[in-house]
Amino acid sequence: MTLFVDVRHKLGSFEIEARFETHGQLTALFGPSGSGKTSLVNMIGGLLKPTSGRIEANGQVFVDTKKHIFVPKYRRRIGYVFQDARLFPHLTVIQNLRYGRWFTPSAERYADLDQIVELLGIGHLMERRPTALSGGEKQRVAIGRALAASPRLLLMDEPLASLDEARKAEILPYIERLRDELKIPVVYVSHSIAEVARLASDIVVLDKGKVAATGPTADIMLRTELLSLEDQAEGGAVIDMQVVEKDARFDIGVLRSAAGEMRVPGLHAAVGDHVRLRVRARDVMLALEKPNRISGLNVLSGRVVSMERMQGAHVDAIVDCGGEMLVARITRLSAETLSIRPGIQVFAIVKSVSLDGSAAGFVRPRVET
Amino acid sequence: MAHFDQRRYVRQETRLSLLEWLKLSPDEWIAVRLSIIVASWAMIASLPLGIAVAFLLARGQFWGKSVLNGIVHLPLILPPVVTGYLLLITFGRRGPAGAFLEQCCGIVLSFRWTGAVLACAVMAFPLMVRAIRLSVEAVDQRLEAAAGTLGASPAWVFATVTLPLILPGIIAGMILCFAKAMGEFGATITFVSNIPGETQTLPSAIYTFTQVPGGDAGAMRLTLVSIAIAMVALVASEIMARRVGQRIEL
Repeated sequence: MTLFVDVRHKLGSFEIEARFETHGQLTALFGPSGSGKTSLVNMIGGLLKPTSGRIEANGQVFVDTKKHIFVPKYRRRIGYVFQDARLFPHLTVIQNLRYGRWFTPSAERYADLDQIVELLGIGHLMERRPTALSGGEKQRVAIGRALAASPRLLLMDEPLASLDEARKAEILPYIERLRDELKIPVVYVSHSIAEVARLASDIVVLDKGKVAATGPTADIMLRTELLSLEDQAEGGAVIDMQVVEKDARFDIGVLRSAAGEMRVPGLHAAVGDHVRLRVRARDVMLALEKPNRISGLNVLSGRVVSMERMQGAHVDAIVDCGGEMLVARITRLSAETLSIRPGIQVFAIVKSVSLDGSAAGFVRPRVET
Repeated sequence: MAHFDQRRYVRQETRLSLLEWLKLSPDEWIAVRLSIIVASWAMIASLPLGIAVAFLLARGQFWGKSVLNGIVHLPLILPPVVTGYLLLITFGRRGPAGAFLEQCCGIVLSFRWTGAVLACAVMAFPLMVRAIRLSVEAVDQRLEAAAGTLGASPAWVFATVTLPLILPGIIAGMILCFAKAMGEFGATITFVSNIPGETQTLPSAIYTFTQVPGGDAGAMRLTLVSIAIAMVALVASEIMARRVGQRIEL
C-alpha cells in the first residue's frame, strides 16, 4: 500500500506542515505528545479537514484542497481504532462487531468475522455489553469492530496508551498478528519507542507538527538523535533475527542474524520463529580486542561506520556487524582514549540480562518485493 | 334477626351509593376523553419539532441561539393567560396566522379542540425540549465520530447511535409534555374558551364545577381521575425509563 500525505493545517497557534509517503505494512507516526500525530491521523481518517493539502492511498484521493475534494469519513472505508475504545454502549459485543459490516458494499466485504473473532480471542464476549468488559477486552473488540468493516487501511491512535503494562502485553501480539496475517496496512500512532520498535515496519517521526524523518524502522531507530531527551535512554537498534535454539535449563534462547548469534533470556518465541530484538544503545559496550572470560554473553564483531555526538558526555557509535547495525552509547572520554572513530574494527558486547526476551516482537520473515 | 338484616341493608345501600357517586356522568366522560386526546396530540405533534429544537440548542452554533432559547422557554415564565392571548391574536380567525391557515388549508384553531392542542403543545414545549436537550448534551459525540469511520452516514449515525442513546430523554420529555398538557388551563381557556364537548378539558371542567352550586361532587370525581391519570403516567415513565436504561446500561 502507498499512503501519501501532504497537508498544512493551523490549529490556533499550532501549525502542522507534514509531507510523507510510506509503503509500509505498519507505519508508525512517532513523536512526543503535541507533535501533531493525532491531528494527522484524524486528517487521514476524515475526522479533521486540513486547511490545505492532499491525502491519497493506493491512488485513491481522499483530500485534495486544490481540486476541492474532501471524501467524508463514512465513504473512505478507513478503519479507526481510538485510544478510548468508543464501543457503542447500547449494543452488545457482537452487535458492535457487525455494525460497520452493514455499511460496507457487499462486493468489498473481505473481512471474515469468525477469523477476526478467533484472531483477537474475543469469542467468549459476544453477548456482553461494553460496560462488562475490561480495558484490554474493550480495545480488542474495538480493533475487531474496525476490522470487520473490511477497511482498506486501519488507523490506530495510541490504542494501548490507556492500558496498564499487563494489558499492553496482552494486546501487542494481536496487533502483530493482524499486521502479519490479515495484511491490512496499518497507520499506528504512538509516543512509545518500545511499541514502535516492536510493531512498525516504517516510521514517520514527527516533531512540532513537522516530519523530522521517515524511513524503515531499523534505519530510523539507529538515529537516536531524533528522540526526545527523556527517550534517549531507550534509543537503540532493532534487529530482525531467527530463533535457532532454546536452552530450557538456563531459560536462554539463541537468536541468529547476519550480525551473529545473540543469547536472550526469557524468550517467548519457539525455534524457527522470526523475532525482532531491540538492543538499547546504552546496553552496548565497545572493545578493541575480543574480550575473553567475561559474563556478557553476546560479543559481535563489527566496524564503526559513524559517530553521533549526543547531549553532554555521550557519543553514539553505529557499528556495522555483518550488515546489521548496532548502536553503542559510550562516553566521549572512552571514545577518545580508545580512539574509536569511523572505520575501525570493534567488538560490541551486549549483556544478555539487558535484553528483554518477553518484549521481543514477532515478525514474518522479510519478503523481498 | 330483623335488626341485623336492616344493618346489612344499610351497608349495602352505602356501598351502592358510593359506586353510584364515583360513576362519571356522560359530560364528565367527554371532558376526560377530550383531555386525553388533546394531551396525546399535543405530545405527538410537538415531538419532531421538540427533537429538532433540542438538537439545535444542544449542538448548534448560530447567531440568535439565545433568542431561540428564550422564545422556547417563554411559555414557562409568562402568565399562561398571556400565552393564550398571544395565540388568540395570532391564530384566531382574524389573526394573521389563523386567517392564513383557514384560507389555505381550511384549518380553524380558535374555539376548536385543535386549538386546545396548540395551546397545550406550546405550553408543554419547553419541558419537552429541556428533557431531550439534556440527553443530547450527554451523548458522547466521539461515539458518533466512531460510527462515521465505520461507514455510517450522518442520517444513519443519528438513527443507530444518537437516537437510541437519547431515547430515555425523549421518553421523559414526552411524559412531561403529556402531563403538562393534561393540566394546562390558563392558555387553553383564553385561546379556545371552555366549550363542553369541544374545548372543555379536565381542568376547565373542574373549574366549571367549582363555579356552580352543587358541583362539588363532580369536581371531586374529576380530581380523582386527574390523580389517577397522573399516577399512571408517572409509573409508566418510570418503568419505560428503567427498561431503556437497562438496555443501554448508562
